[in-house]
This record gives sequence, C-alpha cells and structure tokens, in this order.
Amino acid sequence: MNGKVSISVTVNGQRFDREVEPRQLLVQFIREELILTGTHIGCDTSYCGACTVLFNGEPVKSCTMLAVQADGGEVTTVEGLAQGGKLHPLQESFSEHHALQCGYCTPGMLMSAKYLLDTNPDPSDEEIRKGIQGNLCRCTGYNNIFVAIADAAGKLRGGS
Amino acid sequence: MYPAPFHYHRAHSVSEAVAMLSEIGEGARVLAGGQSLLPILKLRFDEPTDLVDIGRIAGLDRIDDSGDEVTIGALVTHRRIAASPLAAAIPVIGDCANGIADNQVRTRGTIGGSVSSGDPNCDWPALLHTLDARIVTQGPGGSRTLDINGFVADLYQTILQPGEIVTAIRLRKPGAASGGAYCGFKRCSPAYPTVSVGVQLTLKGNKVAAARVAAGSVGFVPARLGEVEAVLQGQAVDAACIQRAAEAAAEAVNPLEDTRGSAAFKRRVTAAMTARAIGIALRRANGETVKNKHEYY
Repeated sequence: MNGKVSISVTVNGQRFDREVEPRQLLVQFIREELILTGTHIGCDTSYCGACTVLFNGEPVKSCTMLAVQADGGEVTTVEGLAQGGKLHPLQESFSEHHALQCGYCTPGMLMSAKYLLDTNPDPSDEEIRKGIQGNLCRCTGYNNIFVAIADAAGKLRGGS
Repeated sequence: MYPAPFHYHRAHSVSEAVAMLSEIGEGARVLAGGQSLLPILKLRFDEPTDLVDIGRIAGLDRIDDSGDEVTIGALVTHRRIAASPLAAAIPVIGDCANGIADNQVRTRGTIGGSVSSGDPNCDWPALLHTLDARIVTQGPGGSRTLDINGFVADLYQTILQPGEIVTAIRLRKPGAASGGAYCGFKRCSPAYPTVSVGVQLTLKGNKVAAARVAAGSVGFVPARLGEVEAVLQGQAVDAACIQRAAEAAAEAVNPLEDTRGSAAFKRRVTAAMTARAIGIALRRANGETVKNKHEYY
C-alpha cells in the first residue's frame, strides 16, 4: 500500500537517490531528507513563496510540488547560492541594503531574484517588482529588496 | 501539511494514462503540473486513492500552429505560452498566460490542468470562452472534441467521463479586425482573481459584427455573458454603449460572497473589468498595440 517510489534528484549539484512516499512534498524532501533547512515553509497554500527553489533553472513553490515530480531533475536551493564560502552577489546586496528584517521570506526572495537575473541581467524597476511578485514579505515593505536586487544586478554585470 | 496517502502511477503515454484511470476507477485523479490539485490535496478537500501522473507524457507539451488554427497541448505551461509566438499573435492569450498567479505557479501550471480542474477561478476556462475554443480529449471510448461552452458543468466538475483526459486545446485565430482583452482584478499576484472578464470583439467597419464576453470567479462556473454580447452586437461602441454593457455584466453574473468581497462589491468590479476589457479589445481590434493587461489593479 502506498509503496515508496525511487527518485533521483540533483540538489545544488549533488545527486541524491532516495525512496520517498508519493505524498512527500519537494520542500519536505529538501528539509527532512536532505536536511537543507534554508528553504522555508511559510503559508503552505501556494501563496507566500517562502519555499521557492529553482527546478531545472525555473522558480517553483516546493510546497506545491511532489518529490516524485522532481525525479530526474535539478534543484537549486538557497544553500546553492554561495560558492567556496563566498556569498552570492544577491546575498551580499541583501545584507548591505537591509533587504530583510525577520528573514523568513529571504530564501525564497533570493531564489526568485536569482531566476530574474539569470534570465534578465538588467531588469527595469517594474521587472524587478514583477520578478518577486510571487514572494510575500511582511517586514520590509519591499523597497529595500528592490534596491538590493538592482544593486546585485549591477555587480553581476561587472559594475562596482 | 501532507496530503492523505495515495498510490502514485507515472503514465508514459495517453493510452497508458487512460488505461490506468479506467482500471483504478473513481478514486483516481490526474496529476499534471499540480498547481490546482496539490493545494486541494494538502487541504484535504479531496483524498484520492491514486494519482496518475501525466506530466511526462511526450507530445502533450507542443504548440502547433497550422495557420488559421492553433493546437495547444494539455501540458504546455503558462510560462511557455506567455513566451511563445502565440502570445504575440493573439494578445489576449498573452494577457491570460502572463497574468496567471505568479512566476512560480506559471513554471508548473498547465493549460490542460486549468481547464480540467473545473475551478471557476482558473483563468483559462473564462478566456477560452471568448475564443470559441474546443477541448480535445482521449478516453476509453476514443477521442472527443468538446465545446468549451458547457465543458465546466458545475463547481469543480467538468463533463469529462471516467478515464477521460484533456489532451489539447484547439482554437481558431481571430481575424485582423478582431481584438480581445482579458482583465482580472486580484488582491495580489498569487491570489485568484476576485473577478475576471474576457472580451473578444470582431468589427465590420466601425460596428461590432461578433462579440464574445465571458467572466470567471463570479459563480460556480466560468460563463459566457450573452446579455452583454447582445448589448454590443451591431453597435458602433461608444462610451455610453460601454457603460450599458458594463451594467449588463454586473446584472448577468452571480457572484458569491467570500473573503474576496461581498456579492454587491463583485458586481461593481465586474462592471469595471468589463468596461476596461471592452476598451482594450476595441483598441486592439482597431490595430493598436496594447501591452499585457491581465495584471492586478
């Protein structure tokens, strides 16, 4: 009954082979099987975006996807942003511009922002706003998040 | 929140999916992108015994443009539609695809799932009424082509038979003198619309030769608003005519009071969205380029 299913998922460049219950959500797989707890569970009803990860390079709400649906795919979580102990420019900019207060939404914000800059290196203010339209923040009022993303975009383009 | 336990089956072809669904019977549900189904399962509004995952079936993720007619595979995601040449060729398709929920949902959600869920809040069913779309299905008895009008029979219920799945959406491209718009009012991006209204107007000279008007989120099913179409039909549409059409729309819909507002409020929003959509549809029918409009206001 409800037999487990074998899946193989590459997370932050490392392949994981696991047997999972079909009903296990991707976010639970990431947090409870792989103990990568940077990805947060917020609303659990597909509104808030705190659980956002990149799946095959595109943003998804990992609370609204089954782990079995991720079989064969590549996931990037917030733990995959920093390289060699050095923060990603987005993380630096979020820190420098006070783009978080409680920090709960931040992992999801960073992943949505990562996708935005991956696909649009020089976004307009409106495009930045739309880029994080699926991520709710209850602390900052968003403005410092917009500023931080614009700043990171500049760094990634090779500016100061 | 965990869904209740279920068995998981991955189908590799449409015929395999139909066979699995037929064999399992009424406890089975179809999983495509999961953006409608998974929240329902997590909230335990439904506890199926089995999920048949059609999300990897090859060939259902294609958009075929044969010139006059377009066939959109059931598994094409909102994001892919938004980025496709189709969205540029038929602006109202771009309006809808770009405005559905948020970036994350558009990555996973599919047009086939939006249509099959029977959810009156989903955007595609309302919009597809304005394009006279047809729904192509495959079931134990073979393939059927169904009119979108009447496809959603009741709240969360379609006329799909047991074991039958949607495989594609087919529609004829609107002509040069035709313009459409899809306008939704949303409290925030991820939310379902409070009200959405789709309009398609085909002009002959300066008069409306054909009108299609449909609304979503304001009743148990997405529905054509024949009363509003009648107001527009044959008219040289001016501000007074738009006002009459908007009031007819407010009368025609049957919204329920919920957390998005009272029935009276939703009638006023329906009037506003109708007026806005007619205005944009007219401008597009007259050859003007108007950017994607189904965003939250």
